[in-house]
Amino acid sequence: MNFTMLVTVVLTAIAFVAIVVLLSWLISPRSYNEQKMEPYECGIPTRGGSWMKFRVGYYLFAILFLMFEVETVFLFPWAVVTRDLGVAGLMGVLFFLFILILGLAYAWRKGALRWK
Amino acid sequence: MFDFSIVTNWIHEWLLSLMPEGWAIFVECVAVGIGIILLYALLAIILIFMERKVCAAFQCRLGPTRVGPWGTIQVICDVLKMLTKEIFTPKGVDKKLYNLAPYMILLASFLTFACLPVSKGLEVLDFNVGIFFLLAASSIGVVGILLAGWSSNNKFSIIGAMRSGAQIISYELSAGMAILTMVVLAGTMQISEMVSGQASGWLIFTGHIPALIAFVIYLIAGNAECNRGPFDLPEAESELTAGYHTEYSGMGFGFFYLAEYLNLFIVAAIAATVFLGGWMPLHIPGLDGFNTVMDYIPGFVWYFGKAFFVVFLMMWMRWSFPRLRIDQILALEWKYLVPISMVNLLLMAVIVTLGWHF
Repeated sequence: MNFTMLVTVVLTAIAFVAIVVLLSWLISPRSYNEQKMEPYECGIPTRGGSWMKFRVGYYLFAILFLMFEVETVFLFPWAVVTRDLGVAGLMGVLFFLFILILGLAYAWRKGALRWK
Repeated sequence: MFDFSIVTNWIHEWLLSLMPEGWAIFVECVAVGIGIILLYALLAIILIFMERKVCAAFQCRLGPTRVGPWGTIQVICDVLKMLTKEIFTPKGVDKKLYNLAPYMILLASFLTFACLPVSKGLEVLDFNVGIFFLLAASSIGVVGILLAGWSSNNKFSIIGAMRSGAQIISYELSAGMAILTMVVLAGTMQISEMVSGQASGWLIFTGHIPALIAFVIYLIAGNAECNRGPFDLPEAESELTAGYHTEYSGMGFGFFYLAEYLNLFIVAAIAATVFLGGWMPLHIPGLDGFNTVMDYIPGFVWYFGKAFFVVFLMMWMRWSFPRLRIDQILALEWKYLVPISMVNLLLMAVIVTLGWHF
């Protein structure tokens, strides 16, 4: 039943957007002129393309994020059974987190967290 | 507490007596879909109205007053206005991705919305990995934002999308970590079990110090994940016009607006579920009369009450603090919140292992 509901919710979201777009298309006025179709830019023509090279800082944070997000995925199964694992499980996770914090400290030291 | 699964079971039986099983399930699915859409639209209208009034109160204004009593019909008029505007695709955009972006954002929003346990037996999605699924589904939204910014062929859009992407993925870490801390305490990921486990005391009370720290971290990260509050620089209107949805018109923009407000509610509702006991009434040990009175208030009133309380806290944050710079935002996350939430997680693990929680 749960997966039926999952499919239902996904279809509901898609249907909602599609129906509202259709409704809006049916009742809205339409006009065309050359200026309206241009990219918005404070009233002056745009210079150059918008699909260009971008600052590397964002990319560094994305890489760091990847590392920590995968770590969260590993931690969730442990979190459910913390109570049963006792001190041995705590020690294991302590070691795991220690290595991760070492990684963060390395990135910090290297200046990856500084926004230049 | 009244169990809504009695009602749903009764409807199921009644439909089975009328038609074969396949059709009955189909009718139920359609009913659930319509119900979700109606609740979604209703909540969006209430939230936008509330935001206007709360914002006005913080700035010593009155807010909307003209349309309807106390301006209550204002938001409905706005929705109608947006619906009658033309949706046009500007020249030079990547048409496929441009049209796909609202679908992705609304999909993430609906999937997380369906996970919320509104009352006992009224969850639509209740997996045994519920909280984990919820976090995974909410990350789809950032894909939509990046698609919208990239495909618009506009420099404002792409800068806004990049800022928003960096901000959302960064703050997802500490939000996830704060929830992880509470999963350690609750010992389950299933949302309904998590709520029913809080019958003897809400998790924010049973977990005392680390739970409080996790709650504060979650509120900050949640505000950042909705692109709101002091963290609203993806749409900093003074420098980026509107950020990633600059090139969207009419209802195309309306979807982003809708999803933004509903994400605010979803973040608040998750906080209400994980920290404040979901639909569980407030019980004070020892005061039996008080507890009995509290039990008479239905579960969904408790749930929406708590969720709207957290929404109010987040609006308070939004209208009280000035906007941060991008380097300050990333420094706050990576140099403060991530280390703090890691230490907090360990603290909670130690407390749970040694049995020092209530």
